[in-house]
Amino acid sequence: MTQFIVNGQDVTLDIDPDTPLLWALRDDLHLTGTKFGCGVAQCGACTVMLNGMPRRSCVTPLSMVEGGEVTTIEGMTGPEIEAVKQAWVAIDVPQCGWCQSGQIMSATALLQQSATAPTDADIDAAMAGNVCRCATYVRIRAAIHDAARTLEL
Amino acid sequence: MRIAIIVAAATLTSPLSAQELRGPEFFESIADEGERSAALFTEMGEVLTHPRCVNCHPVTGGPTQGDDMRPHSPPVIRGEADFGAAAMNCNTCHSAENVDFTSAPGSIPGHEPWMLAPVSMGWQGVSLRGICEQIKDPGRNGGKTLEALWEHNAHDGLVGWGWDPGEGREPAPGSQEIFGELTRAWIDTGAVCPE
Repeated sequence: MTQFIVNGQDVTLDIDPDTPLLWALRDDLHLTGTKFGCGVAQCGACTVMLNGMPRRSCVTPLSMVEGGEVTTIEGMTGPEIEAVKQAWVAIDVPQCGWCQSGQIMSATALLQQSATAPTDADIDAAMAGNVCRCATYVRIRAAIHDAARTLEL
Repeated sequence: MRIAIIVAAATLTSPLSAQELRGPEFFESIADEGERSAALFTEMGEVLTHPRCVNCHPVTGGPTQGDDMRPHSPPVIRGEADFGAAAMNCNTCHSAENVDFTSAPGSIPGHEPWMLAPVSMGWQGVSLRGICEQIKDPGRNGGKTLEALWEHNAHDGLVGWGWDPGEGREPAPGSQEIFGELTRAWIDTGAVCPE
């Protein structure tokens, strides 16, 4: 049995503790906003928040989240995620959209951790692990700048 | 008898495989203590310069990975705390233990803590003598005495990860036990750096 919190709700799962968190989220809890991309922590599509910090759920065994708090794209709240969503919509960031929940999780984490507006270099460093096969990187960077302005960083 | 001698000679002259590390006893025949000490450190260098160690001891920037020491993928930066960038730190992917991939061969390495060695402890491209001088210098080794350095080499968990690197990675040569014994013997013989 693994007990943890997902999006504010207590969860108990009776599955193999070696199961990746991503599998549990998608197949057992039906939270399919978090995507499978590579399975080897190379693309960032599976990014969730674990105890408030971004974490690749494809390389996170369920045993590691025992007693922890997981937030998926479906459960994100707060001014940073709202600013990011607004900016994403304003300039139509996604193309195919597959990577976008991971991109949004990392972008939100960057803004949560930034005391001042992130520079291009800050954004590139924070987002380097989130791959976009449609190459929407220019729009992603612009949207993060826009969100930082909304947040008055 | 002749066969035995030939076998012994071959053993002494053949290059070491990646898995071998000679213990302090191998160097007891070196009469001069300073020469013995330098030889012991040179043997320690088999570990210190192994990719399992050097990949996270860059002199600038971010880590490398693999036996060919290619740039880390995905790209990561050192960051102010030797722990990566905001929203993309080491623990975004690495955790407290090695984790086997579920959908591919291999594993992602992990240990608690998992972070880069500081710039002052950078070893990539540095000569073995340079590494030796750095490792002895409390101003560049995290304030460690030689005794603390022995303790670190012999028992530190992150050092020990080098011999337990997870599926798909070649361990550092020998064992942490032998590495600790070499460090002990090197210190006891004056901690001399090789030329």
